Amino acid sequence: MFGAGGGTSSYQEAEETDLIILWGSNARETHPIFFHHLLRGVRGGAKLIAVDPRRTSSAEWADIWLGIDVGSDIALANAMAREIIHAGLAHTEFISRATTGYEEFARCVEAYTLERAEAETGVPAAAIKEVALAYARAEKGMICWTLGITEHHNATDNVLALINLGLLTGKVGRYGSGLNPLRGQNNVQGGGDMGAIPARLPGFQDLEDPEIHDKFARAWGGATFPGRKGWHLSEMFEAMDRGDLSSLYIVGENPARSEADQGRAVRLLGGLDHLVVQDIFLTHTAQMAHVVLPAAAGWAESEGTVTNSERRVQRVRRALEPPAGARDDIDIICELARRLGSDWGHPTAEQVWDECRSLSPMHAGMAYRRLEELGGIQWPCPDESHRGTQFLHARLWKHPVEGPRAPFHAVEHDPPVDRLSEEFPIRLTTGRRLDSFNTGVQTNEYTSPLRKGEALLISPEDAQRIGVEDGECVRVSSRRGSVDVNVRIEPTLRPGLAFMTLHFPDQVSTNILTIDATDPKSGTAEFKASAIRIDKIPAQVPAS
Amino acid sequence: MDIRTTGGPATAEEMAAVDGLLGEPESLWEGGERRGSDDHLAYGGRATRSRRHLLLPVLHAIQDRSGWVSRGALEYACRRLSIPPAEAYGVVSFYARFGLQPRGALSLHVCDDIACKCAGAEELCAALENAHGPSGVVWHRSPCLGLCDRAPAALVERAGMQHKDRQIAPFTLAQAESILGGGAWPEPATYSMPRQAQPKLLRRIGAVDPESLESYRLHGGFTALGRAEVIGSDAVIREITESRLLGRGGAAFPTGRKWESVAKAAARPHYLVCNADESEPGTFKDRVLMENDPFAIVEGMAIAALATSCEKGFLYVRTEYPLARRRIENAIAQARAQGILKLEIEVRRGAGAYICGEETALFNSIEGKRGEPRNKPPFPVDVGLFGKPTLVNNVETLLNVVDIVVEGGASFAATGTKDSTGTRLFCASGHVTRPGIYEVAMGTPLRALLDTAGARKVQAVLLGGAAGSFLTPDQIDVPLSFEGTRAIGATLGSGAVLVFDDTADMKQVLLRIARFFRDESCGQCVPCRVGTKRQEEILERMLGGRDGDGRSDVLLLSDIAQAMRDASICGLGQTAANAIASGLTQLKVLNV
Repeated sequence: MFGAGGGTSSYQEAEETDLIILWGSNARETHPIFFHHLLRGVRGGAKLIAVDPRRTSSAEWADIWLGIDVGSDIALANAMAREIIHAGLAHTEFISRATTGYEEFARCVEAYTLERAEAETGVPAAAIKEVALAYARAEKGMICWTLGITEHHNATDNVLALINLGLLTGKVGRYGSGLNPLRGQNNVQGGGDMGAIPARLPGFQDLEDPEIHDKFARAWGGATFPGRKGWHLSEMFEAMDRGDLSSLYIVGENPARSEADQGRAVRLLGGLDHLVVQDIFLTHTAQMAHVVLPAAAGWAESEGTVTNSERRVQRVRRALEPPAGARDDIDIICELARRLGSDWGHPTAEQVWDECRSLSPMHAGMAYRRLEELGGIQWPCPDESHRGTQFLHARLWKHPVEGPRAPFHAVEHDPPVDRLSEEFPIRLTTGRRLDSFNTGVQTNEYTSPLRKGEALLISPEDAQRIGVEDGECVRVSSRRGSVDVNVRIEPTLRPGLAFMTLHFPDQVSTNILTIDATDPKSGTAEFKASAIRIDKIPAQVPAS
Repeated sequence: MDIRTTGGPATAEEMAAVDGLLGEPESLWEGGERRGSDDHLAYGGRATRSRRHLLLPVLHAIQDRSGWVSRGALEYACRRLSIPPAEAYGVVSFYARFGLQPRGALSLHVCDDIACKCAGAEELCAALENAHGPSGVVWHRSPCLGLCDRAPAALVERAGMQHKDRQIAPFTLAQAESILGGGAWPEPATYSMPRQAQPKLLRRIGAVDPESLESYRLHGGFTALGRAEVIGSDAVIREITESRLLGRGGAAFPTGRKWESVAKAAARPHYLVCNADESEPGTFKDRVLMENDPFAIVEGMAIAALATSCEKGFLYVRTEYPLARRRIENAIAQARAQGILKLEIEVRRGAGAYICGEETALFNSIEGKRGEPRNKPPFPVDVGLFGKPTLVNNVETLLNVVDIVVEGGASFAATGTKDSTGTRLFCASGHVTRPGIYEVAMGTPLRALLDTAGARKVQAVLLGGAAGSFLTPDQIDVPLSFEGTRAIGATLGSGAVLVFDDTADMKQVLLRIARFFRDESCGQCVPCRVGTKRQEEILERMLGGRDGDGRSDVLLLSDIAQAMRDASICGLGQTAANAIASGLTQLKVLNV
């Protein structure tokens, strides 16, 4: 944020802060390592507030749970901001010195009265006010979020609404205060840092900045490459739909099961002229490919680095030889380059990393030797005398402020695209569980005493209204398709709210139901909000 | 928290038992019905978890109501207190009192420990086994119930809306049959103190009405507290220090020094804990004091809290002492109602775990956890109950405090020896004609006590209970003082004096002690968990006469004993081999 694509705080700060808002995150199940750090904070006296439509197992640890309606995050955040301003708790000195756009923001949130927020979110007004004031008054405070914020058609606005709260109260750039997206894998942060997003080069550097583009072109021996940003995943599917994209090279992703509106995704992938999949498993997507490139596992069969949610770059070492035929990603890519006419040689992982360090200022000081000595280093680390950066944006508190000021963004509430109606009266939200990972490629091969397979979780009240019992198979339909799935009665869900995961695509293709309404800036689909109906399946008349 | 037990939901009766203690649930999230606001809002977290310490009282309420703790009831308790069920299950299964399988409402616990064995408990148990099947279904063998002066003893309980429990001693087979057949329970006997010269601590026993504050006042009650309030905290601690009183719980730590540490501790609040978890086999003095002079203990606690500025007091009494518990609760209530007692004192029930007499295990138990001892340091005076500075004193210690404040520390120290001041209570039982509690000046020879209690043809004396050691007849001139017993490698311990005449089967006594420690080891640390088990196995093998080579077994036992002494976390493991070692080496029980 403010030009840096990473969480601002370190894990240690979560242990020593005074208040944590987990917003759209069931970290206890989906980020269990981070949650351990968070719990140390809670045990040490930190107040925990959970904002989530479901009362998750994370929310059970919270002092206050705000069970908002799905997709009403901005209404809540804006109303909190209004309360903070009206209570005189805005950090006016920080705002005037270190931010821009406050007036427009304040005008925008003025329309978000507690009454309106209660109507949009379902959360009682008094509780909204209580949480707003608690956050503003805390000496140190953090907001942490995950996919509950980002898997929406207005994901970027959701994030901006949370950042606004941090700027409003001066809770960023100081030890123990921060704004933190939690990353769902050991190297989601690293993937973005290395430029695996359409507009960025390694080191989160702007591809469309001619100076930067030139720097890379020179380093790569005068190589030519586009100076304009490419497509993100959702745009690629749109391009396939238009016929503008006919060949696809996929590395370590399973879109045939992970994309929203799965029927469409599979149809488009199946219509490609040429599909190459590089993966450690023969995923559903790989099974559709013309060429499969078996890869070594990144965490045990390869050398390299990963970057976690606190921006810490850590070494990964090879412990095992990959199985016969599987090759290191670097080997595969270099071999491809050679066959395409460019001999890149056979660089080691360290050589590739050193090249990255020579081009990415924020990684410049992270020699392998230093990563080992210091147990990983948090970026930015500009040179080899620098020990890394525990938290970001301390610059905003310097006199005078260093670098650009942090902008407020006035954002408006915009409810989920898939509206509830008489035909589709129930809100389905999707998510993950402790024992499984995404589409199950990596987890369904082994058993877990917790794992019970896919089910449609609904409240006891809804089950009674529909007339179904626990374990009974029902037909779930959205505007896009239907699946049959067993009901599991979940007392922590409120009437009108249902939950499914995408862990068991072979059993139930949850993404047949989800909508691919996509945030134009981040390219993320609104997995969190579908409108569904639930129908009993009529008993089969036994054949006589 | 999200992990649920596999049992069904709690019954209405179980929920009522829990709610009776915690109040009605205020929301769906606390286990109640769904209210409108529950859909979008829940409070909990720290506020709910801060009631974690109520887990044991809640489990007692369930056990009292149902006779066991079902999975459904446990899950409901967990929901109410925000405790992961797996963790709560660990607590339930730790304590002997709580049943995890369905049981009848009536349960009969028959003591088969050392003193009761001397009084025919084995024959009683054999008859019960014959008629009603093995222990653990209708009737249960129990470790020492603290009624050794009237052995054999039993504890009977009936679960239900009107939970009842009562100690019965002496207990007969006819009574057992009548009770198991649904008959009435015998009324508790009134305590009669054995005759002895000029008791001091015991002077009110039998004279004062234990249920009447007025009666206690007429016997000079609460003058000490009044004086303490006048002279103030520093002066009280000075008197205690001058008295050179050593703690009577077993560890003999200087009371004045402990009080001073707590008084000076910066952290707040300070807690006071009266350790009334008297569970050392052969020990019953604290029970007699609580049953017969409860106001004095309350007064002692009030003085201790005043001197060390404790904000809150707890009295932790073993669940097997129902009458003592009721008398203490009554005394606290009366003293509070009269405004004499400003300190808030909560009475907490143990749940059948000897280890909870260890002070840090006791803290964990009050906090609603398994009663596993903590490593020391930090010591309780710095980091005790709920992590705060805590003063822990035994019942008898607090009773001494009352007298010291009135008569002055110097006068108190005039009795006894230089290093062991004052008088001490001893519990004489086993083969004596006049069992009971005796108060003697420190330094009195054991022989004098044995003569008063009526011991004849003494084969051995177990001094200090199962954690103490055996004395031979030629050692019974030992002076009863801390230094006197230490000189012969023994200990006063809890004040238990178990006497065995020439008819006693010492092999069976040693085995019972080994079984006791194996059963009561909390299992937390390896030396004790494995050591107590191996000790019992080896002893069984030796007594069974198998393998012949007793000498190598004795060596093995002494190796295990050394490992337990050196490496156990707490006193249980450190002393679990003492009695057996002394039995083999001093008494030559096995002639090896």
